[in-house]
Amino acid sequence: MLSMTNEEVKKAAAFFTREIEKLASGRSLRLMEVCGTHTVSIFKSGIRQLLPENVELVSGPGCPVCVTPNEYLDTAIAYSRKSDVMITTFGDMLKVPGSSSTLAKEKAQGSDIRIVYSSLEALEIAAKNPGKKVIFLAVGFETTAPTAAAAILMADEAHLTNFYVLSAHKLVPPALRALLASGKSHVDGFLLPGHVSAIIGLQPYDFLSKEYHIPGVVAGFEPLDILQAVYMLMLQIHDQTARLENQYSRIVPKEGNPSACTILSQVYQQTDAVWRGLGKIPNSGMSIREKYQAFDALLNIPIIVEETKEASQCQCGKVLRGLLQPSACLLFGKACRPEHPIGSCMVSVEGTCAAWYKYGAGRWQV
Amino acid sequence: MCLAVPGKILARQDMLATIEVGGVTRNVSVMLLPEAQVGDFVLMHAGFAVQVIDEEEAKKTLALFKELEQYAEHDK
Ligand code: SF4
Repeated sequence: MLSMTNEEVKKAAAFFTREIEKLASGRSLRLMEVCGTHTVSIFKSGIRQLLPENVELVSGPGCPVCVTPNEYLDTAIAYSRKSDVMITTFGDMLKVPGSSSTLAKEKAQGSDIRIVYSSLEALEIAAKNPGKKVIFLAVGFETTAPTAAAAILMADEAHLTNFYVLSAHKLVPPALRALLASGKSHVDGFLLPGHVSAIIGLQPYDFLSKEYHIPGVVAGFEPLDILQAVYMLMLQIHDQTARLENQYSRIVPKEGNPSACTILSQVYQQTDAVWRGLGKIPNSGMSIREKYQAFDALLNIPIIVEETKEASQCQCGKVLRGLLQPSACLLFGKACRPEHPIGSCMVSVEGTCAAWYKYGAGRWQV
Repeated sequence: MCLAVPGKILARQDMLATIEVGGVTRNVSVMLLPEAQVGDFVLMHAGFAVQVIDEEEAKKTLALFKELEQYAEHDK
């Protein structure tokens, strides 16, 4: 959408970095990019290295695959072992380690696991395979959750009786609140996720400035979007104000997408949820409402799940809270690599450990 | 995972839209964006159109980025 020549991009980037440096004027600041897609864009474009040394970007809990707890994977794996079940999932869940296996391993051993790009494909598969119970692994934040909700509504309309959802949807604002309430993750400003905000709008982040006096800027994903958002944060920090601002106004209207929010709350209700690394967070997950219970895998297909074990040395939990840099993990780049991930942060391309591994570490002071 | 791409709606029938992304056409659901119309640029995610792209705002952002060039020149 934003057509610019390389030269123009360079000049604009130079402007932002110079101004950011001036505004930071020697203070040590930590800004958290919440969203995994931001993390990837930041690493790819080398923004960490462009910024002055005293302005650090820290990744937050914004990679849906990374924050999905072992227990969920263990449940999905247990389901995949049932001969009358077919699992449909986004591809990035395949390699995520559960307590003792992965979906990829189960697939290799004959479990019927299909990769889909949308919940609609899962619906089609269910319609074509009436003899199987088709479970869709519904993972993702507010951007993705309405797509699963829409699929449930469509399944209901089509009277599909073999389509089920195993929901692990998560909500971003309650996680940020938990992060701040813990008092451990020192953050001077938030780069807020653009595509989550395209659905929920701006209001759910109000508490950042109002209750915690921390500035937040909803940011787009082009390198210049991110630099501008950092610049906007720096202006606020410099002026000692805390507001919620929107850099991504071309995609994010103030009110978000009300139709998507309506469908989401028609099908799902907020519930407590367990996040890898953050533990149980009140009202941060979504469960299927009673009216659509017929599509809830857990309520309809009995399953015995092995006892959940966490990989003992994996530090994902601390990485996801911005408390530890991946290279400080003893397994990083050694036992734990993208082709052999020990923790979920190394699995998804959006995972912080994977980004550090792929694009080189860059700086990070804790 | 929350990756979303922009595309242009070429045709729409009920809740299904044909969208062009970089020369390729795809079918996506507009169930989450019922107000979307033919000709709109929309943001797509996991098989659904999820938001209309505000072209005026996009132009403003672009204009701002391009304007910075002058400041960069100026300060040298
Ligand atoms: S490098 Fe691997 S083991 Fe270490 S924290 Fe990251 S994902 Fe966990």
